[in-house]
Amino acid sequence: MSDSSAHSYWKANIRLVLSLLCVWFFISFGCGILFVDALDNIRFGGFKLGFWIAQQGSIFVFVALILIYIRAMDKLDDKYNLESSNHSESTPKEDSQ
Amino acid sequence: MSVQIWTYLFIFLSFSLYIGIAIWSRAGSTKEFYVAGGGVPPLANGMATAADWMSAASFISMAGLISFLGRDGTFYLMGWTGGYVLLALLLAPYLRKFGKFTVPDFIGDRYYSQSARLIAVFCAIAISFVYVCGQMQGAGIVFSRFLEVDFTTGVLIGMAIVFFYAVLGGMKGITYTQVAQYCVLIFAFMVPAIFISILMTGQPIPQIGFGSELTEAYGGGYLLDRLDGLSEQLGFDTYTEGQRSTQDVFFITAALMFGTAGLPHVIIRFFTVPNVRDARKSAGYALVFIAILYTTAPAVAAFARTNLINTVNNAEYVAVPEWFSKWEDTGLIVFDDKNNDGRIQYVGDPEINELNVNRDIMVLANPEIAELPNWVVALVVAGALAAALSTAAGLLLVISTSVAHDMLKRTFMPGISEKQELLYARLSIFVAVLVAGYYGINAPAYVAQVVAFAFGLAAASFFPAIVLGIFQKSMNKEGAIAGMVVGFSITASYIIYFKIINPAADSADNWWLGISPEGIGALGTLANLLVALAVSRFTPEPPTEVQAIVENIRLPGEVVTS
Repeated sequence: MSDSSAHSYWKANIRLVLSLLCVWFFISFGCGILFVDALDNIRFGGFKLGFWIAQQGSIFVFVALILIYIRAMDKLDDKYNLESSNHSESTPKEDSQ
Repeated sequence: MSVQIWTYLFIFLSFSLYIGIAIWSRAGSTKEFYVAGGGVPPLANGMATAADWMSAASFISMAGLISFLGRDGTFYLMGWTGGYVLLALLLAPYLRKFGKFTVPDFIGDRYYSQSARLIAVFCAIAISFVYVCGQMQGAGIVFSRFLEVDFTTGVLIGMAIVFFYAVLGGMKGITYTQVAQYCVLIFAFMVPAIFISILMTGQPIPQIGFGSELTEAYGGGYLLDRLDGLSEQLGFDTYTEGQRSTQDVFFITAALMFGTAGLPHVIIRFFTVPNVRDARKSAGYALVFIAILYTTAPAVAAFARTNLINTVNNAEYVAVPEWFSKWEDTGLIVFDDKNNDGRIQYVGDPEINELNVNRDIMVLANPEIAELPNWVVALVVAGALAAALSTAAGLLLVISTSVAHDMLKRTFMPGISEKQELLYARLSIFVAVLVAGYYGINAPAYVAQVVAFAFGLAAASFFPAIVLGIFQKSMNKEGAIAGMVVGFSITASYIIYFKIINPAADSADNWWLGISPEGIGALGTLANLLVALAVSRFTPEPPTEVQAIVENIRLPGEVVTS
């Protein structure tokens, strides 16, 4: 992989990780802890919303975040591996491996 | 058949399975012993990670703790699952790409320093010891109650089993027994939960039963409303409201999350898969498998609490069910008839309350309280043992690799042959089992509490050092070492002060910034990060070949072997 594509791969990776971590923080520390009392005013079924997010909902979100990450990274890898193999045909020995 | 016969049957069957797997998967090389040869499929690794991760604390104690903590118990639920997001996004793929055997391997090579390696060895051993004692204690509780042997004998039986398959198979044996143990423990946790959910709410899925209405026999109304009502009526804290300060819950959750991501026995599981993609995938599988138990646990907690109050409060002492007397024999339920009326007053006011229930027994006692069939009760016992033993084995392996690989092979005795290294690895597991057994028998606090300290230490030492090592190319050895030492020391001294030196002062009034010893790891993590970043600014940059390693681990593709 060339230096510039390695660089843009890393940037895309960081962007993805940061946005997923924002959701992670918002749901767990935000909804599950900081705003839990406010959210408790909303009810659905036998649950208060804040309590439910704290004890169950957040865990479902964590699972979803990792699954999104796996899919997005696999796509990103495919994209860049493809580019790097094209590269090596035209510009040999630029590989950073 | 009686509970005891069922218990013996299940324990015999599950233990024969573990031993059979251990014999089938003996390790012949150090690579097999340390990382199962590096060829574990992601699905199997996900299950093994889940079993490795879900300890006696998750299986036996957590739901019980939550049932007494109510909403505050959230920090266990979110802390012990949310950490996987960090692990999957920030650590697992990169450490797999790095492709060595242990966490000190990474720290030592990335920070080009033998002192950094040795500090990492010290932290890994300290963390794993604290944690493994909790597992032994858990196994001891289970044996002493259900096989009616004494606690010490119980711990000894647990030690013997773990010793057998960990020494024989190393990581390879541990991985495949953990896969089996995951199946046993999740089945054992779910069956009674489903039973109780149907019994109390008519809803087979406990996660939904948690928010459903109780059946007529249990008085109707939503479960959680009913539980809040009962709690208020008897003077306990309202179940769905928090009692601890927000900042304390915040810090404990953070400490458990960072700790989850920094625990060496979990991290090394990602060295066992073939490549980076599989490392990511197995982190996903692991959290799915863990979430099955973790989303059920709060439901079990609420069911158990309601049931306990309904069953024991105001019951006549002479007419209590059999399980009550049996737990009394172990000293884990204590009844003191203060007003001599022959009835159990179970209320919030400590002056009038006559009943003390150890929180660790709730999951184990739950099927009996709900009067489930004997085989279900016995199944829970087998599950609890699977949880304790699988985690203990993973931890013992970390101790053994730290000694044999990091300390001897990589530092003090680089000349030893692979065969000798393997022998040292087996010997150190042997010693570790003995020490862990000793501290399991003479341990200080509740299982989950002991374990919570291991998290604080892992959070404050490894997590920042590894994350910075990957994401901050200019991080150098001076920064990383200073950070680990400061983070570990702050956390350890705070915990030791409040738990050992001056336990009388362990209350919110004396805590620093209102943070309990369980949550101090989060502050330790922060201190580690800040110190590392500050020190690295005033000291020389890492050498270019180290910066090249960092460049390399950031890219997927072929695993580097050096």
